[in-house]
Amino acid sequence: MKSFIIALTGVFLCVSPALAGEQEDCAVAAHLVTADYPLPRVARAIAQKELKVVVVGSASSLLAGPGGKQEAAYPTRLEAALSKRLPGVKVTVATFAKPRTTADSMEEDIEHLVQTEKPAVLIWQTGTVDAIRRIDPEDFRTAIDQGVAAVLAADSDVILMNPQYSPRTESMIEVQPYADAMRFSALQHEVPLFDRFAVMRQWGELGTFDLLDPTKKTDMAERVHQCVAELLADLIVQSAKLPNAHDNHQ
Amino acid sequence: MAPPPVERDLRLDLFRGIALWLIFLDHIPSNIVSWITIRNYGFSDATEIFVFISGYTAAFVYGRAMRDRGFVVAAARILKRAWQVYVAHIFLFVIYLAEIAYVSRSFENPLYAEEMGIFDFLRQPDVTLYEALLLKFKPANMDVLPLYIVLLGTFPLFLWVLLRRPMLALATSVALYVAALQFEINLPAYPEGTWTFNPFAWQLLFGFGAWCAVGGAGRLSGFMRSPVVLSLAGAYLAFSLAIVLTWYFPRLGHLIPKWFSDWMYPIDKTNLDVLRFVHFLSLAVLTVRFIPRDWPALRSMWLRPAIVCGQHSLEIFCLGVFLAFAAHFVMVQVSESVSAQVLSSVIGIVLMVAVAWLLSWYKNIERNPGTRPPDADLAGGEV
Repeated sequence: MKSFIIALTGVFLCVSPALAGEQEDCAVAAHLVTADYPLPRVARAIAQKELKVVVVGSASSLLAGPGGKQEAAYPTRLEAALSKRLPGVKVTVATFAKPRTTADSMEEDIEHLVQTEKPAVLIWQTGTVDAIRRIDPEDFRTAIDQGVAAVLAADSDVILMNPQYSPRTESMIEVQPYADAMRFSALQHEVPLFDRFAVMRQWGELGTFDLLDPTKKTDMAERVHQCVAELLADLIVQSAKLPNAHDNHQ
Repeated sequence: MAPPPVERDLRLDLFRGIALWLIFLDHIPSNIVSWITIRNYGFSDATEIFVFISGYTAAFVYGRAMRDRGFVVAAARILKRAWQVYVAHIFLFVIYLAEIAYVSRSFENPLYAEEMGIFDFLRQPDVTLYEALLLKFKPANMDVLPLYIVLLGTFPLFLWVLLRRPMLALATSVALYVAALQFEINLPAYPEGTWTFNPFAWQLLFGFGAWCAVGGAGRLSGFMRSPVVLSLAGAYLAFSLAIVLTWYFPRLGHLIPKWFSDWMYPIDKTNLDVLRFVHFLSLAVLTVRFIPRDWPALRSMWLRPAIVCGQHSLEIFCLGVFLAFAAHFVMVQVSESVSAQVLSSVIGIVLMVAVAWLLSWYKNIERNPGTRPPDADLAGGEV
């Protein structure tokens, strides 16, 4: 409950009147993004005025496709959103995303990436490709567990981001078990989860975005990515402010 | 060995019918009505009920045929049934292909460029169709029938042993289950991985159902009615409900000690986790205790719709898979509102009942020699 209030307060504080109406609309899902676990390495990096974020993911971190522009995707927008929330801190967000990559093969990249890039936090977006290829959800969860453990062992924080909610393909791609596996893994490892599945479902149900729109244009996709970036930035900033429970335990 | 009961146990049809409805509701994505289904209140779901009862009725029907007409005739009938299920599965697969082909043409939102990867299967029909015919490529929600095909395909041999040495057959089934878990035996799937319902694990439920049908239920009846077993079953259901609640209210999850959740999770559906199996057994114990075989309501009009569906399980199962597709399609094209979800769920079940009734009526006129065409073979043969 406490963290719920913190997250809620965070939303009201962060959504400044200067933002357009759309951004306030996407805050309807803010209660689904709660800062439950601290990000001690991010807190440290903010104190040192230099925050390095790495995004590892698949096509939905690229906003790729024909004519897609990578700078329109949420990682680039996250850099701007974090810089705005953390004045005086040098924020960089680097994306390492490959389409059609399963969690298992990303996990191998992650072990390498945390060593070479040494980010304060690694955001791991995955699940959709595994759902399309119908990887055993237990194998998927094992890959997530290993990846999270590898990041933490390399002294970086980690945030998990589960699949998009896609109403049009719901009866063809069963995403739910993979979204749940990532929720579960986040709880087990006590790391923050950006529940993109729940957030986007909320937007779809409330009509914030028409997720069934068969448009070929990218403007709606860009607005969704902007909202993802804003909520993600809130999650990072709020989580970094939480007292680090691990210090007491360890 | 106690002789099997002659009259059909209507409880089996009732619960199989209900299981078919629940499977239909669970297969409609984002359906508010699926909150009533049992998977939200415990470890096991309608699949366990369906597989167990299918094993029970298979042994009941084909066991009698094997006693009366011999191994060859019974085996031929079982394999014919397996073939029918196979054809039904391929029919559903074609409907699935039609839907994704339609969507791939009509939906191209850049937000979902990644999800469009599902259409890759259409770009290489040579591989996709081939793998589907081999039952290796199975789309979402189409895993139960392939399991059923494999279970039926191997059933003649199992039934042969079951009728002679029931305990040996049951022990073999348990041993295979343990071996499947221990050595991770499963069938391969396409594009990668293994079957979503591991037949080497799920055969336990089918085999146990079959064992119950040939006298096992009679042996267990004393055990199942003992107060200790009843209260253990009740306690287990309560425990399972409590655990499931933590899935929906993750904050409650902190109440579970870490060593316990480490031991308990994952609760593996692919390999019929023993926690799921015990949950099903607990449900069965309480059901058998509180719903007697001669329960008058079984003959009432009110339960008739579910019973009729349970009596035509293959057809109604396939119809349910199709209707779930159709319901989702309608919801996407027309309205996603809660009322649309409720309406399509209700219409779906009404259609399932109507078709089951039609099938019963059809079966009746086919059975009546007076109305039977004299030359069924010329008219396309008996189905």
